[in-house]
Amino acid sequence: MTALPEETTKALGLVIDLDTCVGCHACAVNCKEWNTGGHSAPLTDEDPYGGDTVGVWFNRIHAFEVGEGDMGRTVHFPRSCLHCETPACVTVCPTGASYKREADGIVLVDEDLCIGCKLCSWACPYGAREYDHDAGVMKKCTLCIDRIYNENLPEAERVPACVSTCPAGARHFGDLSDPASAVSELVAARGGFDLMPELGMKPTNKYLPPRPRTNTRKEADSAGPMEQAGGFLGLLDRVFSR
Amino acid sequence: MCACRCGVRVHLRDGKIRYLEGNPDHPVNKGVLCAKGSAGIMQQNSPAKLRKPLKRIGPRGVGPFEEIEWDEALGIATKWLSDIRKTDPRKLAFFTGRDQSQAFTGWWASQFGTPNYAAHGGFCSVNMATAGLYTIGGSFWEFGEPDWERTRYFLMFGVAEDHDSNPIKKGIARLKERGAKFVSVNPVRTGYSAVADEWVPIRPGSDGLLVMAIARELIAAGRVDYDWLARYTNAPWLVIDAPKHPDHGSFARDADGNPLAIDGRTGKPANALRSDIRVKLTGAVEIEDGVMARPAYELLARRCMETAYSAEVAATRTGVSADHIRRLARELADAAFKEEIRIEQPWTDWAGRRHTHVVGRPVAMHAMRGISAHSNGFHTCRAIHILQMLLGAIDCPGAFRYKAPFPRPCPPALKPAGKPGEVTPGAPLAGSPLGFPTWPGDLIVDEKGAPRRIDKAFSWEAPIAAHGMMHMVIANAHAGDPYPIDTLFMFMANMSWNSSMNTSRTIEMLTDRDPATGEYRIPHIIYSDAYASEMVPYADLILPDTTYLERHDCISLFDRPISSAEGPADAIRHPVLTPDRDVRPFQDVLIDLGVRLGFPGLLTGEGAARYPGGYADYIVNHERRPGLGLLAGWRGENGDSHGRGAPNPDQIERYKENGSFWSMELPPSMHWNRHANAEYLAWAKDMGFVDTTDQIVLQIYSEPLVRFRQAARGHGAHQPPAALRDRIDTYFDPLPMWYPPLSHGAADTADYPLHAITQRPMAMYHSWGSQNAWLRQIHGSNAIYLHRDTAARQGIADGDWIWVESANGQIKGQARLMDGVERNTIWTWNAIAKRKGAWNLEKDATEATKGVLFNHLIPEFLPGRARLSNSDPVTGQAAWFDLRVRIRKALPEEAGEAAPQFAPLPRPPGLDPAPDVLRYGEEFHPRKKPLRRTLP
Repeated sequence: MTALPEETTKALGLVIDLDTCVGCHACAVNCKEWNTGGHSAPLTDEDPYGGDTVGVWFNRIHAFEVGEGDMGRTVHFPRSCLHCETPACVTVCPTGASYKREADGIVLVDEDLCIGCKLCSWACPYGAREYDHDAGVMKKCTLCIDRIYNENLPEAERVPACVSTCPAGARHFGDLSDPASAVSELVAARGGFDLMPELGMKPTNKYLPPRPRTNTRKEADSAGPMEQAGGFLGLLDRVFSR
Repeated sequence: MCACRCGVRVHLRDGKIRYLEGNPDHPVNKGVLCAKGSAGIMQQNSPAKLRKPLKRIGPRGVGPFEEIEWDEALGIATKWLSDIRKTDPRKLAFFTGRDQSQAFTGWWASQFGTPNYAAHGGFCSVNMATAGLYTIGGSFWEFGEPDWERTRYFLMFGVAEDHDSNPIKKGIARLKERGAKFVSVNPVRTGYSAVADEWVPIRPGSDGLLVMAIARELIAAGRVDYDWLARYTNAPWLVIDAPKHPDHGSFARDADGNPLAIDGRTGKPANALRSDIRVKLTGAVEIEDGVMARPAYELLARRCMETAYSAEVAATRTGVSADHIRRLARELADAAFKEEIRIEQPWTDWAGRRHTHVVGRPVAMHAMRGISAHSNGFHTCRAIHILQMLLGAIDCPGAFRYKAPFPRPCPPALKPAGKPGEVTPGAPLAGSPLGFPTWPGDLIVDEKGAPRRIDKAFSWEAPIAAHGMMHMVIANAHAGDPYPIDTLFMFMANMSWNSSMNTSRTIEMLTDRDPATGEYRIPHIIYSDAYASEMVPYADLILPDTTYLERHDCISLFDRPISSAEGPADAIRHPVLTPDRDVRPFQDVLIDLGVRLGFPGLLTGEGAARYPGGYADYIVNHERRPGLGLLAGWRGENGDSHGRGAPNPDQIERYKENGSFWSMELPPSMHWNRHANAEYLAWAKDMGFVDTTDQIVLQIYSEPLVRFRQAARGHGAHQPPAALRDRIDTYFDPLPMWYPPLSHGAADTADYPLHAITQRPMAMYHSWGSQNAWLRQIHGSNAIYLHRDTAARQGIADGDWIWVESANGQIKGQARLMDGVERNTIWTWNAIAKRKGAWNLEKDATEATKGVLFNHLIPEFLPGRARLSNSDPVTGQAAWFDLRVRIRKALPEEAGEAAPQFAPLPRPPGLDPAPDVLRYGEEFHPRKKPLRRTLP
């Protein structure tokens, strides 16, 4: 169906830090507000004030618990298109509407070619595709192509909206094909990983695992009494300057 | 929009908002923006926006309303208000909710002449503010912040997800990057607690006991910064220890009023404020015949060494094991003393001595509503500050740092007005309605000791209610206790729903009539809000406000500042959109009303309006004291002075040129130890933050509390009513203490074994988020969260409908099971549930069909007949989180809809039904032709 480029010049993508993400949804909403007036405008909301609201979001945040007892933790997990190297959503597309760009590796949808068949959303194992029922076309994360190449913006702001707004500094943007890029170095330093690599999509986006906790709870709790610095009685004859 | 007060850049296209983003230069958010901020487009686009002044023409709570012109609306308000201003100004109760204009609204109340004013602090965080101001002359959040760059150990207590959200998120990320340890004490493991290195699941209301037990471990081991205590606190001051003496518990003072300490060289009492004496922290000395006195530190140590504060006893009530408590104490001490920081920064202390460096104790603490929303919250918060002080961890590198205008004296010198003789018909109040009492003579009570404010703030029931008690206004006004009022005037306060305790009863009180006259018990209600909230149908007159993007606002150093630890800052908001409906900024309306009512502060000598340009004019030209106005930046005729200076007509323009804020960085010699830093104190005096350059001595022992306790023991002219004598004696303890929340002693805790608490999610700002088409897709309803094991014991599965019962009522909602919650606690998101028809939501909106409101379960009074509010006995802070409940599985036929349900509210006139689809932004698409294909 739709062919992939043999290789891309760059592999632009996101690095998402699960250590500091507090699940605040800032990235999701800032993505929505940028993109509803951007490349894929609008990000339609149906029944927006009723009981069955369905909206188009390119970035969704999930929270779940893993582990038990002292080992348990709550994980916040932002989910958006991973701009895979071998994305099934593109190869499955019957019209060429879904495509991967040779220059930067970004996966996009040409809405004029999209027939709304939804094969891509069935093919994407990450659930990253968003069907706009109202417009009848598939939409998805564009990595904010209308920001990152936007010469009207100061250079420092030419990053995806989700990256610029993240209060926890948990989102990073760059070229993951360049081992010297800041994002590649971050991935190397923090043990960044692919989401579900066994599916063979070779995702470009990486996730950083939670850092090991500075918590040696069990052993420390049973340690002896606190080091004594003279104790309360040691204070009796002492005087202190003002 | 929200109390974090981030700087936002608004990008417009063809008069519509294209994009909102954080201002990278702004001192609060430094370019980031949270979900609420980014969803501002939908706040502006809300179909719930009120469109025109409304007059009720049917019964309260039912309507209908009719649209009226502003002239008529302001005429009605002026008529009601001028009648009472001329006769008894106290008959106006003026209370505001979530606004940032307290510096102005408090002044307005004072000009009207009523003491019955407060903002929402009484049900929010007054325990934090008061305990902090009386103890360290500052507090958390606006008043201070952790040293994110240097702390090694960050201990956070009870911080709900929505608090100070962007700065805390940024700070935590920075801590983790640096490898510092982050411990979160919280019954719930979500939000910040989810990323903590260690989550300490504590039983609600027992944090103070944990803190006291930690303090005991430190004191017993002598791992205390004695030098710091001796230099910067009242630890060495001598306390009179003679139970029969009228001044028992007060500080021993010399003839000039200076506190005394034991001079280590002579063993005799000497002026404790002298810089050249060497003091003792223990011992006893005779100060007059047969009257002994002991240093405050010794009394604190004795208190902490009581068996009640042993780790073993604390473990039984907190759910945190004794070994765990000891480890926390050890880790805090290790971080403070073994990881001491030394910065080669010269500075000069209060006594003029030059120092070559500053010493840092890299332990930072932060706390919020999980601490403050309990009836023991004042003492718990004080205990946290004392723990900081034991470690010497205040305003030094790595610790909590003050933000200007703090530190201020403990407490600030402002006293509340409203006593007999201070309220005069037709004239302003003789002072500010709010302040900081330091002895019984400061109370706002009559000759018999009975309350004189409608909320009973500053009475013997809540002597240090520094933020008022908004949560009691409707109940007291309805009961005519202490007296009936005529007009209740509220702004942005959803009192008929999520801002009241006992919501169902509050709704009845708002609509209740006096059978003798047929009139409503609360005769007139004026309400201002931008949106069709649940409160709108209960008002008689609606003055519709603009959105936050359509008006001027002022984030003043007089109010809730946005300063950083490096220096002061303030900000404005200026209108970027013109309202498309007949609404006016609330502050402009207050100024208009004030002119009509003849407020002297709003009129020129000739009787003309002094601020014809409305609130923007007031922001620039109003002076509190000569040279001091709401904004500190670009003052003076040429705009070249900061802090003090004459009004500058171009001031707002200068703010706009600078990204709508002003900030100033203090020199590094003024960054530390500001309570005792001569250079800083001199600057603060010049700015009007403090009245003298005296050292601000921090208070491990609180003498103002003793003065109330001694009154309760029969000393002095101002005596509490007999019924409150024991209560004052117990809770006005000058030393920190822990006691079970007040209602727990009375309620049968065996019948209601679970605690129930709430928090707001990061993506919602109070009740204002649910009309927001985007935010309600994130939090469209709220479940009842509980621990898997707790649920299993009652056969409750995830998704089951359950009843939650308290002594006050019952609610029904859906259970969600989790591991990350303390086993004796259930919780939910606050202010998500909505009443059907409110906020212009459809009747099947999940907020109404599935959302639950814990407020129905919470009584506004303590058990018993005394009408004592369910609040902290020191500050009057609403004790939302003292709630005890039990749960049971609902019957199969009861599943499907939340309870209780109320009659749907009518849509106010002028509002169109909410749209079925939103295609916001399609007009911005370069394609310019809407793409709309509907496939089968």
